Order: sequence, then C-alpha cells, then structure tokens
Amino acid sequence: MTNLFLLQLLNGMQFGILLFLIAAGLTLVFGIMDFVNLAHGVVYMVGAYLVVTFTSLTGSYGLGLLLTLPATLLVGLVLELSVFRRLYERPHLDQVLATFGLVMIITEGVQVIWGAAPLSVPMPELLSGSVPLIGAMRYPVFRLVIIAAGLLTALGLYLVIGHTRIGMRLRAGASNRAMVAALGVDIGKLFTVIFAFGAMLAGFAGAMVAPVLTVDPGMGEQVLILAFVVIVIGGIGSVRGAFAGALLVGLVDTLGRSFGPILLRAVMEPAAAGQAGRVLAPMLVYILMAVILAVRPSGLFGAKT
Amino acid sequence: MTRLTLTRAWAATILFAAFAILPMIAQALGDSYLIVIATRILAYAIAALALDLILGYGGMVSFGHAAYLGIGAYAVAILGRAGITDLGAHMLAAIAVAAVFALITGAISLRTRGIYFIMITLAFAQMGYFFFVSLSAYGGDDGVTLNARSTVFGQPLLENNTALYYTALALLIGLYLLAVAITRSRFGRVLTGARENPLRMQAIGFSPFRYQLTAYVISGCMASIAGVMLANQASYVSPSYMDWHRSGELVVMVVFGGIGNLLGAVAGATIALLLEEWLALLTKHWPILFGLILVLVVLYSRDGLSGFFRRNRS
Repeated sequence: MTNLFLLQLLNGMQFGILLFLIAAGLTLVFGIMDFVNLAHGVVYMVGAYLVVTFTSLTGSYGLGLLLTLPATLLVGLVLELSVFRRLYERPHLDQVLATFGLVMIITEGVQVIWGAAPLSVPMPELLSGSVPLIGAMRYPVFRLVIIAAGLLTALGLYLVIGHTRIGMRLRAGASNRAMVAALGVDIGKLFTVIFAFGAMLAGFAGAMVAPVLTVDPGMGEQVLILAFVVIVIGGIGSVRGAFAGALLVGLVDTLGRSFGPILLRAVMEPAAAGQAGRVLAPMLVYILMAVILAVRPSGLFGAKT
Repeated sequence: MTRLTLTRAWAATILFAAFAILPMIAQALGDSYLIVIATRILAYAIAALALDLILGYGGMVSFGHAAYLGIGAYAVAILGRAGITDLGAHMLAAIAVAAVFALITGAISLRTRGIYFIMITLAFAQMGYFFFVSLSAYGGDDGVTLNARSTVFGQPLLENNTALYYTALALLIGLYLLAVAITRSRFGRVLTGARENPLRMQAIGFSPFRYQLTAYVISGCMASIAGVMLANQASYVSPSYMDWHRSGELVVMVVFGGIGNLLGAVAGATIALLLEEWLALLTKHWPILFGLILVLVVLYSRDGLSGFFRRNRS
C-alpha cells in the first residue's frame, strides 16, 4: 500500500510537472497580455508530432527533441505574428473565437499531415530502464527524467523572471503595460518573445511525454482545459501559482483515480464504491477548483481584486 | 413601438414563416434529409438563443453552454430507460437539473470576471463531460441509443420527423418570445445595466450578481430544452453533446448572427450549421475551412463583430 502510494505520488508529480510546462506559458500570456489563448493545447500536440517525425528522421530521440524546440518556437512566432498580435486590443470574445478557429485548423491539419491514427515514438535506449524504489517496486527512469526536466525548467523560469533584465521587464509589463511602454520598452517585441517562448515550453512538454503516451490529435484538448484549471487555481499571471496549481492538480487527479475507490470502500459496498469512485475521480480537480475559487476568487497566488 | 422593434417583428415573422413552410418544400423536393438538418438547426437555434441572452445582454461569455445540451439529452435517455417517456416530463427533468447545475456553477463563476469566467465555465462543462463519460450504465464514452423518442400524452407522435420538426419550431418560437419579453422587462434592463456598468448599478441599489445569476440559470434551462430536442432528433445520446467544441460552436453561432440580437442567434445557428454541411460536402477535412473562415471573420470583419462589446469595455 505504501509502495503503491509512493508510485502514484511520483506519477502525480510527473503529471503535475507536465501540466506546469503547459500552464507556465499560458499564464504569462494570460496575465501579461490579458489574452485568452485556446490554441495553446494544440502547440503541445504539434510538439509531440514533431518529435515523432524528427526522431524517425534522425534516428535519435535526443536529436529529435533538440530540433523540436526551435521548431515549436517558430510555430509560436508564426502564430503570434500572423494572428495573435492583431487580437491583443480586441475583446476577449474575439480572442476566444479566433483561437478556437486556430484549434480547428491545426487539429484537422495535423490529421491531414500525420493521419488520424495514434503514433508513438520509441523510448531512448539509455533511459528505458527502471530504478528500484522500496522493496520490489521499480520506477521507469524516463518518468524521473520528465520530473527532473520540469523542475529544472521551473528553476530556470524562476531565475529568469526574478533575476534578469528581461524578467524585470516582464514583471513590469504584467503590472502596468502602458507605463512600461511609455518608459521606452518595445512592448510589442516583448509580447512576441513571451509568446514564442510559451509555445516552446508547450512543445517541450509535448515532446517529453511523446515516448510515454500515444501521440494523437485529441491529446492537446484534455491538457488545455486542465491547464486552465491550473491557472485559475494558481492565479492568472503567476508562474509560482502555476507551479503550485499544477502539482496540486496532478497529485489530486492521479491519487484520486487510484485511491478514491479504495477510500470509498471503507464507507460503501465494494461494487458501489468502485462505480462511485470511477464517476467521482475525474471530477475531483474541478471540485477542487470550485472550492478554491469559493474561498479565493483570484486564485492561490493571484492579486487580490 | 419604435421603428426598429417593428422591423424586428417583421424579420422574426418572415424567418419563422420560412421555417414553417420548409417541410412542404422538403416534401415537394422529395428530400427527407432536409427536415433532419432543419430540426438540428432549430434545436441549436434554441441553444444559441439561450446563450445570446446572457452573452449579448448580460455580457457573460460562457464557454460551457454545451453542458446544458448534454443535461437535456441525458434527461431523455435516463428517464426513457426508467420507463418515463413523456416529453413534458423529460423537459421538466432537464430544466430542473440544468437549473441546479447552473445555480451552483454560476454562483462560483460569477464571483470572477472576464478571462476567469470564460475558463471556469469551460472547466465546469468539462466536468459534466467526464461525469457522463464515466457513467458506464449509459454507455460511457460510446453513448446510448434511445429505444424510442419522447411521447406526447402517451402517443408516439414524435416518431414522425415532421411532427418533431414542428414541435421544435413551436418551442423555438415560444422561447424566442419569452427571451424578447425578458430583455424588455425591468429585469432585462437591469441585466443590460449591469453589463454596462456594474458599479453604477450597485450605487443605485441593484445587486448585479443576483440578476446575472438569475439570467444565467434561465439561459441554462433554455439550453437544456435544446438538448431534449437534439436527443430526440438523433435518437442517440453521448457525452459528445458536452464536448467543448460544441460550446465553441454555440458561441460562433451567436457571433455569426450578431450579438445581443435574439433573432440573430437563430440566424447564426442556421448559417453556421448550413456552412458546416456545405463544407463537409466539399472535403472530409472541413474543419480547416471552417476554422479559417472563423479566423478571417474575427480578424477582418469591420467592428470586430463584437464592436458592441468593445465600445462598452471600460
């Protein structure tokens, strides 16, 4: 039981880290540009598809990953320059509609290029083993690598945002866009950089999970909405909030699915508990969101309104 | 009556009259598929109308209205299996459940504004989606086929596609008149006022939250009726009714038809669904074209389609 718990704890952390990589870019775009981007999930999906192609072209997952990063950065740049920059001054409704249109185009476009059938990318040899946990339990190395990569990214973001010049501009832009522009910072260029960088983070997340999950056209949508939940919980615009929210959502979702039925069995018949657990578990994160919003409408780390 | 409302009354009469003679045209053409599409259009028009009531008049951009379609559809499936087949009972159950769901999620979502509201309504709809996906007794992800359509006074009248069509049309007209009455009432004016300037409304003694929540609940109940109609039309119910793409399509319908103009929502539903049907004839990959049209409309249509909103944004 403790072993299973530890295992699921690690799985939950891995899922949370993944959500963080997606939510980080999204929350910056939300917070700083006041921009609703529904198309962020498809960039994650494109990252996963690109790593499949690049890996089969180069024969190496590592090289494939290295090529995917600039490629998704480019995807972000193209999207920003062609569509998003025309929408910053528009009402949220226009932003939602235009990015919804992009979701339709890209999701269908991916099926035209790669087909509708799920794809997969082989796990790199070097990282395909597993390490022993307590007793006979083992844990796949690759999932640990995902956790480590995510934590390093979080650390990197913390340093960049908190301790560099561009990070300072970014924070200034978040609190008062007009003032920063008046002080001579090219706010348009700053937006482009943030946007492309956020797209690269999402692409990185997609590329990292490609060997663990199957790559299919629906993969972007589920994480997109969970990333929204993460951002709402953490507070819009707060990367720290996104980190806390992502881990919380990842853990609650994973532990809820495996231990919910077990806990319910203590108060119910096994069959009913199993059924109730299966129904309740996927709803847990949304209930968590509702509870947090009821107490703190602007999220855990959001500015008080 | 001012000239504008007179024009609108004429437009409404013409539009609904066109819908009323459509089955005869379909019969003359010998095209029975036409009536199937038209019934779907009417059902979506009801949902779009419901959404326009809060989006256009209340300024609440709900990106989760498909949840109510799903609630209505599952009311038919679940009651039908329990042996209750009456249309009235199905609609009452749908409205009751939708009201509770809207009251709870609305009360939480309305504590927030703008971007938050869009994301939270979306998230709650997704919660409903997963609820029905994991409901294995009703087919889970695959959904469930209805044994029979709803009955009226114990008679299987709706098994006839034309009868179902006219039922949907009657419901749409009734709900349209109700929505017009709501927007013209004192309640509707307070709602519009709360969209324009909530602070000022508060200052003159209204609590915007209560009015907005009531409007949100009314809208959810109306949309659930659309779900009842859709389930009857397809004789099939699945979680895909609550897919977030469907919520998006509802917003698209409202915008295509012109925001804050109830008849526009009906027109928008017609345009969007016909466009889908037509593009699907051209290519299997029609969402690319639909998405492209959507992006272009938003980017290049003068006044951004929702200039209405922009002018009112503080």
